[in-house]
Amino acid sequence: MAEIQQKGGDSGKGGKKRAKKMSTKIDMTPMVDLAFLLLTFFMLTTTFAKPNVMQLTMPVKDKNIKDDEQTKIKASQAVTIILAPDNKVFYYFGLNEPTDKSVAVPEVKVTDFSANGIRKVLLDRQQQQPEPIILIEPYVYEGKEAKYKNMVDILDEMNITNQKKYALINISKKDVDLIKKQNLL
Amino acid sequence: MVDLAFLLVTFFMLTTQFRPDEAVVVDPPSSTSDLRAPDSDILTLTIDNKKRVFFGYDKGPVKEAAIKAVGAKYGVTFTPAQIKQFALLPNFGVPITQLGSYLDKDTEQRKALNKGLPGVPYDSLNNQMIDWVLEARKANAALFKKPTFLAIRGDGNADVQTVQTVIKELQEKDINRFNLVTSLEMKPTYVGK
Repeated sequence: MAEIQQKGGDSGKGGKKRAKKMSTKIDMTPMVDLAFLLLTFFMLTTTFAKPNVMQLTMPVKDKNIKDDEQTKIKASQAVTIILAPDNKVFYYFGLNEPTDKSVAVPEVKVTDFSANGIRKVLLDRQQQQPEPIILIEPYVYEGKEAKYKNMVDILDEMNITNQKKYALINISKKDVDLIKKQNLL
Repeated sequence: MVDLAFLLVTFFMLTTQFRPDEAVVVDPPSSTSDLRAPDSDILTLTIDNKKRVFFGYDKGPVKEAAIKAVGAKYGVTFTPAQIKQFALLPNFGVPITQLGSYLDKDTEQRKALNKGLPGVPYDSLNNQMIDWVLEARKANAALFKKPTFLAIRGDGNADVQTVQTVIKELQEKDINRFNLVTSLEMKPTYVGK
């Protein structure tokens, strides 16, 4: 195949026929084939790729701070995003204080994780209201709950929209009630 | 050329580490984060979609120290063979009381068992997960003088509650920095209004 056969120095001198000299060359083709096969195999199976990670830094829990000493979020800055089951996203602006009659009950809107969904909402809000604070609440109630994927997705949206202030918190009872009241689930 | 091919074959043969059989297969969600995990000192908590938590560490000596320490805490002793076997496993998901018999099994038997494993207990009453994490961190600091990189490898379909519980338990012990393992996704090219 890939071999050049050289004619031996048989110049035809004299009539005596000598025993044909055996060629010392070996056909290397199969070995080289095998070598490349192995090379390809090991190259493909080698796991060079290390996993990608997303950093999540949670605030340090200070047990000495009492509830009333904590800084309250201003209603104008607050945006609550609730990760609902079935990849839906609920959000509302302002605060939800059912006990305080002076605070209007916020209207919960529904969106999704597409580019025109929650990302657009966040970008619009950042334009209207500088430095919004996002509260992310995964919905967990009565067996219905959001997926971990949704949590990663929303944290990812925070990175994409360059949102600086956000917090991952547990859903509060009043938010569950608010969703129930507006018949969203 | 052939020489070079053989050289490369040898190189890849020697450097290849076959991916060890993990106790559970998870499909991490995708994100645009392009941060890479470090080469070593990675503690992985794998969370699957059945609310199970699996503990894994990438260094054998650390695991050997951890199994001894956690075993001592729960009054369970392990034979040297079991400890050696434990150091070889990439991760595991059984309560400490069942760990001995799990380690006595051979690879095939373990594979068959893996589907029905209960996972490492992580509820507040019986929180073995936190002991493993703390002991492994302590062992790594003592043996290699290096900080541990804590990675949470959750399945995309795992429920948020389990992940949040794990994070909360770790926060109780002042571990506030987590790394969520994700697969890479392209960044949206245009982030407009």
